[in-house]
Amino acid sequence: MKKRKLEELFFRSLMVLATLVVGGSFFLIVGTIVYKGAPYMNLDMLTKTPGGGFYIGKEGGVLNAIIGSLYVAGGATILGLLISIPVAIFINMYMDGKRFLSNTLRMAYDVLFGIPSIVYGAFGFLIMVYFGIRASLLGGIIAVTLLVIPVLVRTLDEVIRTVPLELRDAALSLGATRWEMAKVVLRQIRPGIYTAILLSFGRAIGDVASVLFTAGFSDNIPTSLHQPAATLPLAIFFQLGSAVDEVQGRGYASALILTIIVLIITVLAQVLTKKFSKYKI
Amino acid sequence: MRLIKDKILSKLMLVLTVASVSLLLVIGIGLYYKSIPLLQKLSWGELITSSVWKPLKGLFGFYPFIMGTLWVTGIAIIIALPLSLFTSLYIVEYAPARVKKLLTPFVNLLSGIPPVIFGVWGVLFIIPLIQKFIAPHFVEFSTGYSVLAGGIVLAVMIFPLIVSILSEVLRTIPQELKDASLSLGATKWETIKKIVLRKALPGIVAATVLAISRAFGETIAVLMVCGNNAVVPHSVFDTGYPLPALIANNYGDMMSIPLYDSALMFAALLLFIIILLFNIISRVILTRLENRLAA
Repeated sequence: MKKRKLEELFFRSLMVLATLVVGGSFFLIVGTIVYKGAPYMNLDMLTKTPGGGFYIGKEGGVLNAIIGSLYVAGGATILGLLISIPVAIFINMYMDGKRFLSNTLRMAYDVLFGIPSIVYGAFGFLIMVYFGIRASLLGGIIAVTLLVIPVLVRTLDEVIRTVPLELRDAALSLGATRWEMAKVVLRQIRPGIYTAILLSFGRAIGDVASVLFTAGFSDNIPTSLHQPAATLPLAIFFQLGSAVDEVQGRGYASALILTIIVLIITVLAQVLTKKFSKYKI
Repeated sequence: MRLIKDKILSKLMLVLTVASVSLLLVIGIGLYYKSIPLLQKLSWGELITSSVWKPLKGLFGFYPFIMGTLWVTGIAIIIALPLSLFTSLYIVEYAPARVKKLLTPFVNLLSGIPPVIFGVWGVLFIIPLIQKFIAPHFVEFSTGYSVLAGGIVLAVMIFPLIVSILSEVLRTIPQELKDASLSLGATKWETIKKIVLRKALPGIVAATVLAISRAFGETIAVLMVCGNNAVVPHSVFDTGYPLPALIANNYGDMMSIPLYDSALMFAALLLFIIILLFNIISRVILTRLENRLAA
């Protein structure tokens, strides 16, 4: 009897311990980044592009990378939405009675979601070579769009499935076409669309492997789609590889900037999700 | 008019859907097409089993990179699986609602952190930890850059994925089964051990397979902490050079050396095939579980 109780206690504490490790790893990571990055943080980092001797430790900031990342992630999310909203509507509303087919499609997007970003990067590079595009903002946006489409489709699909069937039936019974019904549903899921946008943006802004071949790198803020664009994760990666302490420190500070951006996005997405599920019929 | 609009839009959506799904095929074909020059010179068997990597001499042996990937992934799973399993058991079976509410956001936040940040953390925290505190107990000297470091960083990266899938799976276990076991006088842990885990086994397998495929493809974080030496690792403190890191590290000179671009695309193709298979397997298992629950 005693042994069984002990066993229960032992495994229970093991579980609590594991939970602490998993939950604690988040604090450990953010803590390390803040601790190392904060001393190098200053306004110049956020408001200036790299100056003349930036990579040997002289003045400048990573504004080029911040703006470049926003461009790439923003462009990819918008392009991705244009493709994913119709796809999600199609899977849910135009495939009545073909459950096997729609479930297979869902699985295909799940699999696409699992394909690593380096493969998307390599494939994006192939597309660029094929069309003769050089490493540029455009190339980066194309590769990252491929990366975020599965994220968007999966999220939108989940949200659309929460809309009660009665609502659709009501629209249809009033003589609406499927497209008009889709418009009703789209209005209903608007907060869900915002969540999807945030999730996609968060994934896009933090990814390196897909922009490595495709977006290039530049000290200037891109002014056209055909210019190479710096991205924040890539800037972190490059600065960290430097032998100069000052530059490495700026790498930590850049990491801090990226972490803060991503955390804000994730928290916003969660707040939205919560709000959304509260008003769900 | 309205009907025509509906028809046109329907076709348009069909095209977009087919186009985006066929990405799976197109990626595979595109990468294969680019690997053909290399495959004409060397066979699949040679490429995978040879360990000589001398691009300048036209020798492309992927064995060290495959082994590097396997080591890192293996270590990551060994660390992450038990921890994640215990965590999700705690969240689903034990944790009071208040704790549950507190924990879920952190798992989500962790999953939102970009890979490069994990890499920076690995360099700043794990590398010194291994170099100063872990390695000295086992080997004479280590810089810290090792497959162990890669494994630890990857393990933390795949925590959220495994925990969220396992929690879903554990929630599908019918309460009646647990009640039956508890009412016979079994303790909670005995119920978990004999009922819950047994019932959840397919789900656990699926989650593991999915986590493996995620770990396989992770690039930048492992690139930053593994040391990147094209030799087969023999201990956890050896450096390794996983496949994704190989692709990312060499994109710069791939155009200047003959067949090099083909070799890197072949590496991407290898990754793609392995991950595709693993993903399909685990998704099929998970979908079956879901359907069984719905029925």
